[in-house]
Amino acid sequence: MTNLTDLSHRRSVGRTAIRRAAEAVATAIIRAAGWTAIVVLAAIALFLAWNSLRALDEVGIASILTGTSWYPTSDPGKFGAAPLVLGSLLVTVVALVVCVPVGLAAAVFLSEFAPRRFNEVSKAVIEFMAAVPSVVYGLVGVALVVPSVKSAFGLDSGLTALSGGIVLGIMALPTVVSISEDALHAVPSSLRHASLALGNTRWQTTYKVTIPAASSGIFAAVMLGVGRAIGETMAVLMLTGNAAVMPKTVLESVRTMTGTIAAEMGEVVQGGLHYSVLFVVGLILFVVTFAINLAADVVLERQRKRWGA
Amino acid sequence: MKKIAVLGLAFALALSAAGLAGCGQNQQTGGEPAEPETPALSGTITIQGSDTMVNLATAWAEKFMDENPEVEVTVQGGGSGTGIAALINGTVDFANASREMKEEEIAEAESKGINPVEHKVAIDGIAVIVNAANPVEALTMEQLGKIFRGEITNWKEVGGPDKPIVLLSRDSSSGTYEYFKEEVVGKDKEYAKTAKLLPSSQAIVDEVKANEAGIGYVGLGYISDDVKVVAIDGVKASVETAKDGTYPIARYLYMYSNGEVDGLLKAYLDWVLGPEGQALVADEGFVPLQ
Repeated sequence: MTNLTDLSHRRSVGRTAIRRAAEAVATAIIRAAGWTAIVVLAAIALFLAWNSLRALDEVGIASILTGTSWYPTSDPGKFGAAPLVLGSLLVTVVALVVCVPVGLAAAVFLSEFAPRRFNEVSKAVIEFMAAVPSVVYGLVGVALVVPSVKSAFGLDSGLTALSGGIVLGIMALPTVVSISEDALHAVPSSLRHASLALGNTRWQTTYKVTIPAASSGIFAAVMLGVGRAIGETMAVLMLTGNAAVMPKTVLESVRTMTGTIAAEMGEVVQGGLHYSVLFVVGLILFVVTFAINLAADVVLERQRKRWGA
Repeated sequence: MKKIAVLGLAFALALSAAGLAGCGQNQQTGGEPAEPETPALSGTITIQGSDTMVNLATAWAEKFMDENPEVEVTVQGGGSGTGIAALINGTVDFANASREMKEEEIAEAESKGINPVEHKVAIDGIAVIVNAANPVEALTMEQLGKIFRGEITNWKEVGGPDKPIVLLSRDSSSGTYEYFKEEVVGKDKEYAKTAKLLPSSQAIVDEVKANEAGIGYVGLGYISDDVKVVAIDGVKASVETAKDGTYPIARYLYMYSNGEVDGLLKAYLDWVLGPEGQALVADEGFVPLQ
C-alpha cells in the first residue's frame, strides 16, 4: 500500500506541475482580459474628459448645465444643455412607465405561471427583440407610433417625447423581462413551497413572497432598462422632433443628449468649441449611465449574497 | 454571290483602312474629346472653403480621383471666408464660396498679386413647403422670417386656418440650416426654440406630407408632388426661377481660382462643369447649371 501510494504520488507531482503551469497561463490571460476591459473604460472616460477640457474652461460646466438656449452654430454659440438633459430624462421616464409594468408582468408570468415549453419559446422571442437594430424600431415608430400619438391627443405633430418614450420602452423590454425573470427564478423553491403549504394560492405566493424576495433583482433590471433607454440614439433622433425647448409635458418635442451628439458630431470642426461641448454632453451621459449601471450592479450583488446563488 | 462577297470584302478593307487612318491622325493631334487623353493627368489640387459645398466638393474630388488615379484632390471646409483667405495667401488652388467675393477681398487679393477669377459651379435653392391641404399659397420674406423666428405662431395670421404653426428645420450641422438662417431668419437672430430639427431633408418632406400645420424648407431636389411649394415674394421655387435669380432664397455656388486656369486645374474645372460633375451636383441636393 505504501509503495503504491508513493508511486502515484510521484506521478501526480509531475502532472500537477504541468497543470499548475497551464493554470497560471490561463489565469494570466483571463486577468489580462479583465484588466483590458477596465483600462478601456478608464481610457474612454479620460478621452471624454480630455476633449471636454476646452469647453469646461471657456463655457464652464455650470452654464452648460443650466443654460436653456442651445444654438451651437450661432456666432457666438449658445451652449445651454439643460433642455437636452431634461429631454433625455423625460423620454426615459416615459420609457419606464411603458416598460416596467409590461416587463414585470411578463417576467412574473414566464417565471411563475407559464408552461415550460411556452416559457422557452417566448424567452427566445424576447431575446430576439434585443437583436433588432434600433433604426428599425425608429422606422416602425415613425410609421405607427407618431401618427397614433398625433391623432390620439389631437396634437399638431406626433414627434414628441411620448412617441420616443413608447418606442424606447419597447426597446428596453428585453432587458427588463430577462433580468427580472432571472431574479424571480433565483428565489429558492423552498420559499414558494412553504408559502403554498401555509394555504396561500399561487397568486398570493407570487405577490406576497416571490416578488418581494426578488425585489432587488427586479430593481436592478429596471435600472439596466433605464440605462438602455437613456443611451439609445437612433430611435429618439427619428421620433422626438429634436426641438431644444425646456419641455413642460410629454406631448412636446424634446431634444436628447444622445440625439444631439449624433446629429451634430459629423459636421463640427475637430478641436473646436462646439466639438468640445459635445464631449461635455457625452461626459454627462457617461457619468449618468455609469452611475445607473453601478447602482444596478450593487443591488444585484446584494441579492446574490442574500440567496447564495 | 461571289461578286457580293468580293464587294463585301473590299468594303470591309476600306473601312479598316479608314479606321487605321483615323487612329494615326488621333495620335498626331494628341487626343480628341471623345478619346481618353493619353497623357494621364497627375498632380495635386488643393481646395478649401464653404461648408455648404464641402460635401459636394468632396464628392467631386473622390469621383475625379477614381477616374484619374494619378491626381490627388484635397478638400477642406472652414467657411467661404476661410477659403478665400487661403486663396489670397496662395495656399490653395481653388476657394469654394457660397457667396461672391467682397470688394475688399478682391482689393486685398490684387495687392498680393492674386487675380481671383470667378467660376459658377452650381446653384443652391431652398423651397419652402407646406402640407397640400394648407390653403396658404404665398408668403413674403418678412412673414417667413417671423414664422421661423417664432413671432408668427398661428396660420390664421398669414391667411390660413386657425392652427398653430409647426416649424420643421434641418439640424444645425446642415449648410441649408445656415443659409436659411442668414437669408430668412436673420444673421443675428435665432430660429424659434420650438422648431423641430429633423435629421434629413427627406424627414422634413415626410413630416410636412403628414402634418397639416407643418412648414419646412428643403433643397430644390427634394420637392415632390405630395407637398405644396409656397411662393415667396410672389415667386415659386423652381430650377428656372433659381437660375434667373427671381427666386429670393437661391444663390450661386462659386469656385475661385488665381488667374485663368490651365493644365490640371482646367481639366478639373471642366470636369466639374461637365455632365459627370453636374450629375453629382444634383445628387447632393443642389441645382445643376444645365
